[in-house]
Amino acid sequence: MRSTPTAATLILGALPYGEAPEDVLIAEGRIAAVGPDARIQAEQLQEVTTIEAAGLIMLPGMVDLHTHLREPGREDAETVETGSRAAAKGGFTAVHAMANSSPVADSAGVVEQVHRLGRASGWTEVYPVGAVTVGLAGERLAELGAMAESSAQVRMFSDDGMCVHNPVLMRRALEYVKTVDGFIAQHAQEPLLTEGAQMNEGDVSAVLGLPGWPAVAEESIIARDVLLAQHVGSRLHICHVSTAGSVEIIRWAKERGIDVTAEVTPHHLLLTDELVRGYDPVYKVNPPLRTGADVEALRAGLADGTIDIIGTDHAPHPTQAKECEWSAAAMGMTGLETALPVVIKTMISTGLMGWRRFAEVTSIKPAQIYRHAHQGRPLKPGEPANLILVDAGATQTVDPAGHASKGRNSPFRGMELPGAVRATFLQGHPVVLDGELNSPLSEAAARAAEQSQVQS
Amino acid sequence: MRHLLSTADLSHAQALSILDTAEEMAAVSTREVKKLPTLRGRTVVNLFFEDSTRTRISFEAAAKRLSADVMNFSAKGSSVSKGESLKDTVQTLEAIGADAIVMRHWASGAAAQLAASDWTDCAVINAGDGTHEHPTQALLDALTLRRGWSAAQGQDPRGTDLTGMRVLIVGDILHSRVARSNIWLLRTLGADVGLVAPATLLPVGVEKWPVNVYYSLDEALGSGPEAGPDAIMMLRVQAERMGGAYFPTAAEYTRRWGLTDERLARLEAHRGAAGQRPMILHPGPMNRGVEISAAAADSPMNQVLDQVSHGVSVRMAVLHLLLSSSERNTA
Repeated sequence: MRSTPTAATLILGALPYGEAPEDVLIAEGRIAAVGPDARIQAEQLQEVTTIEAAGLIMLPGMVDLHTHLREPGREDAETVETGSRAAAKGGFTAVHAMANSSPVADSAGVVEQVHRLGRASGWTEVYPVGAVTVGLAGERLAELGAMAESSAQVRMFSDDGMCVHNPVLMRRALEYVKTVDGFIAQHAQEPLLTEGAQMNEGDVSAVLGLPGWPAVAEESIIARDVLLAQHVGSRLHICHVSTAGSVEIIRWAKERGIDVTAEVTPHHLLLTDELVRGYDPVYKVNPPLRTGADVEALRAGLADGTIDIIGTDHAPHPTQAKECEWSAAAMGMTGLETALPVVIKTMISTGLMGWRRFAEVTSIKPAQIYRHAHQGRPLKPGEPANLILVDAGATQTVDPAGHASKGRNSPFRGMELPGAVRATFLQGHPVVLDGELNSPLSEAAARAAEQSQVQS
Repeated sequence: MRHLLSTADLSHAQALSILDTAEEMAAVSTREVKKLPTLRGRTVVNLFFEDSTRTRISFEAAAKRLSADVMNFSAKGSSVSKGESLKDTVQTLEAIGADAIVMRHWASGAAAQLAASDWTDCAVINAGDGTHEHPTQALLDALTLRRGWSAAQGQDPRGTDLTGMRVLIVGDILHSRVARSNIWLLRTLGADVGLVAPATLLPVGVEKWPVNVYYSLDEALGSGPEAGPDAIMMLRVQAERMGGAYFPTAAEYTRRWGLTDERLARLEAHRGAAGQRPMILHPGPMNRGVEISAAAADSPMNQVLDQVSHGVSVRMAVLHLLLSSSERNTA
């Protein structure tokens, strides 16, 4: 399917990485030409769609290593289809579906199902993440080898939602993934320090009378795991880093040459625990919203490379899971359709980074961490055409009711955010045009196949 | 004022208004006919998701003395235990025609959520939410303290506050909604507040609160007859904290943080600026022999029964102020 030819597209006057305008020709799933060659080659083709893109920034399609698609098991919250639509609208050409479905993605059968559903949807590439332990129970290793050798070819393993807290099991997992060329993505949360935890432990939790989730519960696991990764010589990725102390530990680990990468969510770059004062469960998330000082440290860490990537931790929930008492509410926020604007607001508008670095943290680096050969590629002739067009000057007020995700639990509801995804190209096919869903790759591929039959 | 959710929301003037109204209500309670017609035809629902017979009875008595109709809705044996949401329960009460919802809930913030929601137009009175706040308890404590404090100065309590009064709160601050509500209210009323607890039972960040913190009760009680507190509030130690997680044993807790006979003797020797003895308060029910000795529980300095009767007066005042000023939305 990846090589299925679709109609060619000539994009006029877009700004690759926000730099000088170029014309770009997309044909047969690849970037065929950049610059004056684009128009010349386009004239040789029979069917070319032209997009006026003056002022729009062209970037490699975003890659999310941290997505909850909820299928199988919680199709009331999200399906692979609806989550894929949300991803495409948000500018993601690949997402990685976390393993905490029901049943858990801890076997070849489940990861193959999710992978197949992703291919059928055709809005974005869907890569299932395999569970590290059976049932996410943290007791014994799941069949990592079987998942790696399945048709889904899983390389990323995570018990996300739960921490692999047993140090011996974590050591074994780090060692074992070396044999399948994979890596472990750790949800760093010491469970005994966070029993019943409801929000960040600090000044606000003290007043609200909600049990606290101390920063040290995250930092102590990260400190342990970078040392374990060093000891066994394996690859470790830290999910959703949320505290200033974690950033310092990761900086220290990288200085020591430890093979660790780290991610931050858009919501942890913008929101703080002050928002919990109204007890609105839309702000309940794990790890919790932290303090303003943590937000500043996370932004600085992302800008200087200590934190490698953005991961959305997109976590849709049905209405009733959030329309209840804070302590009874589910943890998690949607994020696929607001990630780009939030990163622009927190990192670009603040001058902390430019578009080249934006491309690194949203696309190039996450693709490298997974070792995708065709995502996060340069905007150059011959490269796969997974790319997006962004109107950086647009502003939009977030309205969850208009989201493609089934989840309405956006903490950015009502906020005015900068930037909008105008187009998303998946393997050369425009899955999003004019900011709206266009058509999935599979339909286009089917149409192309029909046409080729008619012609022959 | 539309709801009573937290004492942190109360201004000095609002707090005095409630306390002064409660003094008027206390006068009613001493009459032979203990009833006012102010809330005739209004409906007050006591919505209790957690057992608290004392608080519920106090609110019930308060509403009835104001001639309101009272409905008691307990989570036990109701549809709540079958999994009905707070939203559906409250909308049902709204449809029945409640004017005020007095809610006790196990979840911190439940009353604030209810007041912020569009589920009901009722006035919401927080009767204790999780480990957050219990504002009417703090108001009845303040009423009790103000009586003693003004009497020592030879003043009528009405219109006065607690400026200069030294109050110690002893025990499980971390999990206490009573402590939180008292701290904010007593500070608003001008009292000096000291907290006394093992470090395990103080919240992270307590050093930023406008209070003095002591790990030692003996240190907090001071030395010399004039150095002690004007009032000491002993919090109940919950049984689930005693298993060794927060402090080693009940005996060690009593030795270090209990109001023992020895510490009672020191309190008895204290004299305030006007020559008065310190007051002992407890929100009840008391664990005799744990946080308070039998002698301290039965001491004439102990205000626990006054606190109970002041509870009815304060709750009458709150219901009166919230309901008599508002017209029910009939649209």
